Amino acid sequence: MLTALRCVINRDLLLALRHRADVLTALLFFVIVVSLFPLGLGPEPNLLRSIAPGVIWVAALLASMLSLTRMFSEDHADGTLEQMLLGASPLGVIVVAKVTAHWLVSGLPLVLIAPVLALQFDLHQSLLGVLTLSLLLGTPVLSLIGAIGAALTLGLRGGGVLLSLLVLPLYVPVLIIGAGAVDIASAGLSAQGHLLVLGAFLVVAVVFAPWAIAAALRISAE
Amino acid sequence: MSISSEKKMTGPSRKRGNINWFKYASPQTFFPLAAKLTPWFGVAAALLCVAGLYIGFFVAPTDAQQGEAYRIIFIHVPAAWMSMFIYVVMAFWAGVGLVFNARLSGMWASALAPSGALMAFIALWTGALWGRPTWGTWWVWDARLTSTLILLFLYFGFMALQAAIDDQRRADKAGAVLALTGVVNIPIIYFSVQWWNTLHQGASVSLTSAPTMAATMFAGMIVMTLGFWMYSIAAALLRVRCIILERERRSDWVAHYVRTLK
Repeated sequence: MLTALRCVINRDLLLALRHRADVLTALLFFVIVVSLFPLGLGPEPNLLRSIAPGVIWVAALLASMLSLTRMFSEDHADGTLEQMLLGASPLGVIVVAKVTAHWLVSGLPLVLIAPVLALQFDLHQSLLGVLTLSLLLGTPVLSLIGAIGAALTLGLRGGGVLLSLLVLPLYVPVLIIGAGAVDIASAGLSAQGHLLVLGAFLVVAVVFAPWAIAAALRISAE
Repeated sequence: MSISSEKKMTGPSRKRGNINWFKYASPQTFFPLAAKLTPWFGVAAALLCVAGLYIGFFVAPTDAQQGEAYRIIFIHVPAAWMSMFIYVVMAFWAGVGLVFNARLSGMWASALAPSGALMAFIALWTGALWGRPTWGTWWVWDARLTSTLILLFLYFGFMALQAAIDDQRRADKAGAVLALTGVVNIPIIYFSVQWWNTLHQGASVSLTSAPTMAATMFAGMIVMTLGFWMYSIAAALLRVRCIILERERRSDWVAHYVRTLK
């Protein structure tokens, strides 16, 4: 089982490395969207400081949603997905591996760049740690929930827009708690409660989402 | 494809007196049953709603704090309760369809979705109308309003996903996975007023203790809830008949039924 896990992660990382442009465009989208808000709302520092957590979280949400279609569509197109469905390894393991590889390539760069972008908004240094930690806990949940949507909409006409409609309502609790963690820390209170709830989301997602993703893949690929 | 018309739907070997629990589990047998049940639920809905509105407008006393504006509660709260309830029922039947590969369960879930979405929309709209005179604003982003809005989006997502998939069986199953994933939102809405300090009123009605509102107000709300419930069932029964005819259009019994209409 661990061999399958390692194998699929290596394969997906190798494929992502060969198509670096896809990965980097999502990252650039994140950076550009974050930069749009000060341009649209005006550069007043107090305003920017207060909207920074929300803006960065929403941009991270949208950027990770953009890269979701990539998760299964290439494998579906060339038949590898059917081989995975027919293979001996449990589909849940393969799915966990694919989501992990996807997060390493799409989610983790967002987490690493977010503090730099937060400095653009003059977010206080003490809050950068909470922001990074909230994104670190939150982006895997986004990848897991998004993978359910990606598996359900595999090969459909509506494509990316339908995926957004399905997945964004499920993302909302993570967004509220994640951005709320930084907001509450900026008010001087402890963000521990929010971060623990994010951790709970992560645990629940890791336990239940692979099952839902595997069921959705079987439904979509028949 | 005439198997369904040659053999009557029977369960496993039946002794006299045994109940066939799955008699109405097929679209063919459920179709006439739905036709028979719809008027009953429709009339019940009309009577209960009229009674509920009478209690709400003429019997229930004026509220001490909000005056007469509170009377929209008799539409707002039943709609909100029904939107949550219908989502759970829809997710349940979609799940049954997914697990047991039952066509009718998936059809029934699809029939319920628009009614549930309507209830969620009514709850949000009447809530806004209520909020304006009492809170001073049409909308706040507090926990309960936000999660009811998400519930509406979940209904839309369910309906959009089913509409986007051409293959009906895949649409039913995909919708089931989505509905079951979203059912987590229902406890969040329900308990949101306890978990977060919000502007929205806390729970006055609980299963374990007496309601903290006047008895007539409570009675009016319950009657309206039953009325909305009967209405939702009647609307879903009408809708499921259309869905059955669409999906089973290639079978003999539908061809026979259509001939009898002409």
